[in-house]
Amino acid sequence: MMHLTAFNRAEQGHILTPRLETPFHERLAALSETNEWYSWAGYKAPHSIFDTELEYFAIRSTSALFDISPMVKYRIRGADAARYLNRLTVRDVAKLGIGRVHYTAWCDDHGHVLDDGTLFRLAEDDFRLCCQERHLPWLLDSADGFSVEISEETAEIAAVALQGPTAFAVLEGAGFAGVETLKPFQLAEFPHADGSVTISRTGFTGDLGYELFAPAKAALSLWDRLWAAGGGFGLKAIGYDALNRARIEAGFIVANADFITAEAALHADRERLPDEIGLDWLVDPQKPYFNGRDAILKARTKRTLKHVLVGLEIEGNIPAEGAIVYHRGKKEVGLVTAAIWSPLAKRNIAIASLSRPFGASVTDNLWVEIYAMRELQYQKLMKRARVVPRPFVKLERRSATPPGRF
Amino acid sequence: MTSFDAIVIGGGHNGLTAATLLARSGRKVVVIEADDALGGAARSFEFHPGFVSPGLAHVINRLDSEVLSALEIEYATARAAAPTVALSPSGVHAVMRGAYGETIDGVSRDEAARFADFRAKLLFQAGIFKRFLKRRPPEVGEIAFDDLKSFATAGLHLLSKGREEGRDFLRMLLMNVADVADEYLTDDRLKGVAAFDATLGIHLGPRSPTSLLGLYYRLTGEVAGATGAQVVAKGNGQSIATLFDAAATKAGVAIRIGTRVEKIVADRGRATGIVLSTGETLTAPAIISAIHPQATFMALTDAAEIGTGFRRAIGNIRTRGNVAKLDLALDRVPDFPGVARADLAGRLVIARSIDHVEQAFNPAKYGQFSTDPVMELTLPSLTDPTLAPNGACTLSALVEFAPYALAGGWEKGKPAFLKIVIETLERYCPGIGASIVATHFLTPADIEERYNLPGGHWHHGELQADQLLVNRPINAAAGYATPLEGLYLASAGSHPGGGISGLPGLLAARQILSEKRA
Ligand SMILES: Cc1cc2nc3c(=O)[nH]c(=O)nc-3n(C[C@H](O)[C@H](O)[C@H](O)COP(=O)(O)OP(=O)(O)OC[C@H]3O[C@@H](n4cnc5c(N)ncnc54)[C@H](O)[C@@H]3O)c2cc1C
Repeated sequence: MMHLTAFNRAEQGHILTPRLETPFHERLAALSETNEWYSWAGYKAPHSIFDTELEYFAIRSTSALFDISPMVKYRIRGADAARYLNRLTVRDVAKLGIGRVHYTAWCDDHGHVLDDGTLFRLAEDDFRLCCQERHLPWLLDSADGFSVEISEETAEIAAVALQGPTAFAVLEGAGFAGVETLKPFQLAEFPHADGSVTISRTGFTGDLGYELFAPAKAALSLWDRLWAAGGGFGLKAIGYDALNRARIEAGFIVANADFITAEAALHADRERLPDEIGLDWLVDPQKPYFNGRDAILKARTKRTLKHVLVGLEIEGNIPAEGAIVYHRGKKEVGLVTAAIWSPLAKRNIAIASLSRPFGASVTDNLWVEIYAMRELQYQKLMKRARVVPRPFVKLERRSATPPGRF
Repeated sequence: MTSFDAIVIGGGHNGLTAATLLARSGRKVVVIEADDALGGAARSFEFHPGFVSPGLAHVINRLDSEVLSALEIEYATARAAAPTVALSPSGVHAVMRGAYGETIDGVSRDEAARFADFRAKLLFQAGIFKRFLKRRPPEVGEIAFDDLKSFATAGLHLLSKGREEGRDFLRMLLMNVADVADEYLTDDRLKGVAAFDATLGIHLGPRSPTSLLGLYYRLTGEVAGATGAQVVAKGNGQSIATLFDAAATKAGVAIRIGTRVEKIVADRGRATGIVLSTGETLTAPAIISAIHPQATFMALTDAAEIGTGFRRAIGNIRTRGNVAKLDLALDRVPDFPGVARADLAGRLVIARSIDHVEQAFNPAKYGQFSTDPVMELTLPSLTDPTLAPNGACTLSALVEFAPYALAGGWEKGKPAFLKIVIETLERYCPGIGASIVATHFLTPADIEERYNLPGGHWHHGELQADQLLVNRPINAAAGYATPLEGLYLASAGSHPGGGISGLPGLLAARQILSEKRA
């Protein structure tokens, strides 16, 4: 008979694994030297695997594998799928060809952004929507009146990003014949094991790169296939901290980091229209009606947009993460939401949310206040900031087709 | 494709009100009505050869005087207000005369005095509400000067009666009718009528919180300037439907009956036209939907043309009706022992006590009908002899509680419930069963189908605190305009609510007239 204490402990076994493990976890855990994990949508995800600095350079100099399985994935199928998504999202889905991917966003009735994400058109009436936050209730409520089926497939579908200048060479080496024809934002299916894997030429690094989607049960064999081929191409497993640097350089924003999603916002003034977080270019006023349309267009005509998201270049080399932005060094006009010293651009860059007109019509005389910690003492620095276009780095190899091998 | 300045969907009295006012302003207006006759729930229909029902609505108690004068309708006002007879199984009935019991027969002098206090208190408090019923609900966030003015005058009106009255108003506002009736009255028959009137057409029992609001609403109505008064709806003679029809026709409104609107055409935030059951498309810069908001948005409007949140809110409007309608063709005028012949032409209420109404409501919470229902009766042919052959008679009954979504379904439930209703009548009118020539019985499910009225609901959506004023039918469409530019709401589902008043139609038309023409 089991001792009562042992029995109780066994009953509570779940507390030992409070975070879910992704289908790739076994491989990541084996590689992990830093053992630094965080929670990504309930999954155990690595901050780093061996060294953030070197992981970042893997993205930019060789190639990197980043587990994106925790990314929330919805499958949307049915006769009305395209019509449904066109009402849901701000971009014109009719223009999204089969086998193509586009970046998009969706809003509530007030035009406030609920999330941004990528939409994959797998077939005429079969789509996959990938994003940061969970939205099933909203997606289901939106489905009323449409002939569509919606399911969450976050757990069922393993996904991994392969990014960096040798990414194509790794795929080629792994035997994914035909992958060289993929243009940016294009996807195709390739045989793997006894099934298939969907490979899209997409990513979050602004570099040459791909994202691979496969059933969870095929995850480990897919990893092993890439890993074996990657040996000669400098392939490294990486954590989020390295990826984050690359995405800042590429000028990408992250929900609930660079803006607060409408459902997460507790303060009414934290919600954002697409135009207030740099997503105005996604909004298509010519396409059929979509959620938030009236509010967005009204804010444009009535000029009531309150915020703007900008790229900043800041003098010096101290990252301005979390810094307050000032006009003339006195008036508080915004906040830096992401910042790094960019090794690639050799510039001190940042993404910031400012209150209009600052950052929009008034762009001169902006300053950021950086607290630099120097041997247990903060040094307060007022640094000049210049509004610059995003992305901060643009790489030819990202879009060259056929892609280069290194 | 034919174009108009305004298209009105639904030829109920609210649709006709809006259409008439818009036509009067010089607009080219058409009304599209699915049925072969106008009037909506107020249209009369022959339910047996020679026997005509006045329609679902059989008592007129809130037909608005502003509506009547704006439409230039002459409504016979000479008739005295119809009495309400509170039937008692003992045969000793109480009779409320004048405008909601100005005088009462059949109760003790003390009770009559108590009722006078009760009545005065409620009429005073209902008067404060009344100011808000005759105007567009204020917009939260964008309160206009006019709104402030009406808040202020309502406040001043209260203060002028002293602090005590103000406190009492706030104390009673959200109470239940049972507690208030118990506070003032001792006679079960009178309390029963108050409880019945407060909950008629609403999914609340007298002991449900806020049930007093229903009685306030009833007492905001007036007939010929007498607040609380009522008259029995006449059938063909001077029916509401005929009067509103005539006003619309006189104003030059084009009317198409027997034609159903199948679709509202919208694109990128603007409604531009409608598609008819005939396949025709009509266009207009203003489309006024005088049918239930859910029928408007869930059935006629493509989900792709309205926001997720908006459609969800419309879909969540609570609108499950509880009232069944019975029309009986009788071969003679029935005899209700204890009721004077003259009073038979008034309204008879079967609600023995607060408990009776509460117990009739209880099963409705669980999707069951009441086995001891409460009801109000009229004998319309006594007021309008054309409704029945010579010597014969019609009886109209509104019966509660008959939940729209009956557990087990109405197909099985309907004959069982009808039997209960007839047995109940027999108790107050022995022999009535034997005099029945024909029976016409509509459950809320039948009403839904016949009138294209979701839930078969009296008010086109529950008239409760959360679905009033700025939240009627929902906040994003509370001002008659909707998120679809060019599409307006004008049925009972909009502020101030249901009953034969014409106010939603009037206020919707005023809203349109106040906007710049596109
Ligand atoms: C059982 C019952 C009893 C009632 N009794 C009373 C009473 O005694 N006294 C009282 O004051 N009130 C009473 N009411 C309430 C009152 O009848 C309603 O509140 C009132 O009729 C609402 O008027 P309306 O014009 O807004 O809509 P309705 O009267 O419902 O008229 C809507 C019209 O639109 C038409 N329509 C619907 N869909 C379409 C379409 N797609 N295309 C074209 N036409 C369409 C319908 O056929 C109908 O004629 C009662 C209600 C019910 C349900």
